[in-house]
Amino acid sequence: MDVYIEAKGLSKTFGNFLAVDNVSLLVKKGEVLGFLGPNGAGKTTTMKMLTGFLNPSIGSAEICGTPVTTGHVSARKYIGYLPEGAPLYGEMTVHAFLKFIAAAHKIPTDSIANAIETVINAVQLKQVLTQRIETLSKGFKRRVGLAAAIIHEPDVLILDEPTDGLDPNQKYEVRTLIEKMAPDRAIIISTHILEEVEALCSRAVIINKGSIVADDTPSGLRARSRYKNAVSLTVPKKISADIITRLQSSVDINTLEQNIEGDFVRITALNQQNKPVAKTIDTLIETEKWPVEHYAIEAGRLDDVFRSLTQGDVE
Amino acid sequence: MNDILVIFKREFASYFATPLAYVFLVVFLIMQGLFTFYMGQFFEREQADLSSFFTYHPWLYLFFMPAIAMRLWSEERKNGTQELLLTLPLSTSMIIIGKYTAAIAFAALALFLTFPIWITVNWLGSPDNGPIITGYIGSLLMASSYIAIGSAISAITRNQVISFVVSVSICFLFLVSGLPIVLNFFETWVPDTVLLAIANLSFLSHFDNLQKGVIAISDIFYFTSVIILWLWVNRIIVEVKREEG
Repeated sequence: MDVYIEAKGLSKTFGNFLAVDNVSLLVKKGEVLGFLGPNGAGKTTTMKMLTGFLNPSIGSAEICGTPVTTGHVSARKYIGYLPEGAPLYGEMTVHAFLKFIAAAHKIPTDSIANAIETVINAVQLKQVLTQRIETLSKGFKRRVGLAAAIIHEPDVLILDEPTDGLDPNQKYEVRTLIEKMAPDRAIIISTHILEEVEALCSRAVIINKGSIVADDTPSGLRARSRYKNAVSLTVPKKISADIITRLQSSVDINTLEQNIEGDFVRITALNQQNKPVAKTIDTLIETEKWPVEHYAIEAGRLDDVFRSLTQGDVE
Repeated sequence: MNDILVIFKREFASYFATPLAYVFLVVFLIMQGLFTFYMGQFFEREQADLSSFFTYHPWLYLFFMPAIAMRLWSEERKNGTQELLLTLPLSTSMIIIGKYTAAIAFAALALFLTFPIWITVNWLGSPDNGPIITGYIGSLLMASSYIAIGSAISAITRNQVISFVVSVSICFLFLVSGLPIVLNFFETWVPDTVLLAIANLSFLSHFDNLQKGVIAISDIFYFTSVIILWLWVNRIIVEVKREEG
């Protein structure tokens, strides 16, 4: 069994506030787990317990079979951790900082130069190697943080919002990097960017008010959406009212949503209890001869599932 | 040991990352000179010794040592780097000692740069260098005690100014507890043993012996105990504060 991360009933209270409530997780080698949840749901606290920064109030965690607590440092050599906001020593140069991290991870002195070389190539830091970290742009700082997290080639990567605050190009770079590292490792990334989960993760866990409310593949989660198998049609504006009335009279259709797009209206027909509605609509289109500009069957929407799981039912 | 060295190197280098270290050293040496020559009347005394130099160390250190120590932990907490530091495969105790020894090394450097005064006194006369050596040892021990207090206090807050002010206050208590003004206050209503204990808490009395050339086990033991006690407090504060998140 290649279980690299194991959390057993982790709970954490701060005073009277229950931040994390009985969270259990298993992450295997090769998995990229997306850790989702609204702000304050307990993502960061859970990650802090998995990295041994915080002790759980109840429960325990193991990384590569070694227990991890604040007093137990041996598990930490398996972990690469990017804390929230990627805190760094601003007064150090990139090179000095990476050297410090490498030495702290007990990389032998004669291999440190190699390790730094490998890591700066991986995250493309060569041109800023001698600059002080505080003078770098946000994107570079994040990359320095990532470099520090992976310099000792850990089996487990725990990245707290690795792409937060980056521009789309930088986000893409970070994702590519994570993808490249994924096969040999177990990775947990926390994020509230849902597209990232779809692009990157093999599994998504949604946490709300400290507890896990969903644990599934991204497409599995998406299938829970009320948009699953919904049909969207784009039709000319002037006949849209007739079409809507006609669709509303159909028993298979639960609700209709419409968005105006210039001279066209996009109508989304939601089905009853995931029962495919496409056939009904196809027949209607054929018999009524509607001039449909664009037609699509939806696979479900992750943001919809996210909201319904973390806020109760939407609408 | 290697773990301490890793932290020590980073911490010591970080003192010199900003001009602050150089400003500190210059001001320290100027103040040192002022106290020695102006207040201590180094030349007027016409004595070939450094007692006018050492006498003012406890007071000078009262402000300079908390200034060295104030950033040790509060800066980490303010920048969030504490999370980075405390998730490295190093034990908390090693990190505390690494940081602490870096601060001492910086203080030792400042103290070392006062060597011209030692050259001066040897050039002008022929002093007994024994008490000078023990004076320097005592001075460094006292500085280390101040820094231990400052390091512990800096872990309480992410604000360096608060860290500084609280450290100075606590160091001040350790300093004045041997002075008559404090002892007179307690004299009337506490038992003699407690009074003796309070008097013995003072840095002053223990430093006095050392700068006179007397190396008493009790003085060394005193400073070592103060240092160990405060580093232990430091550890507790770091652990408690980290659990607060």
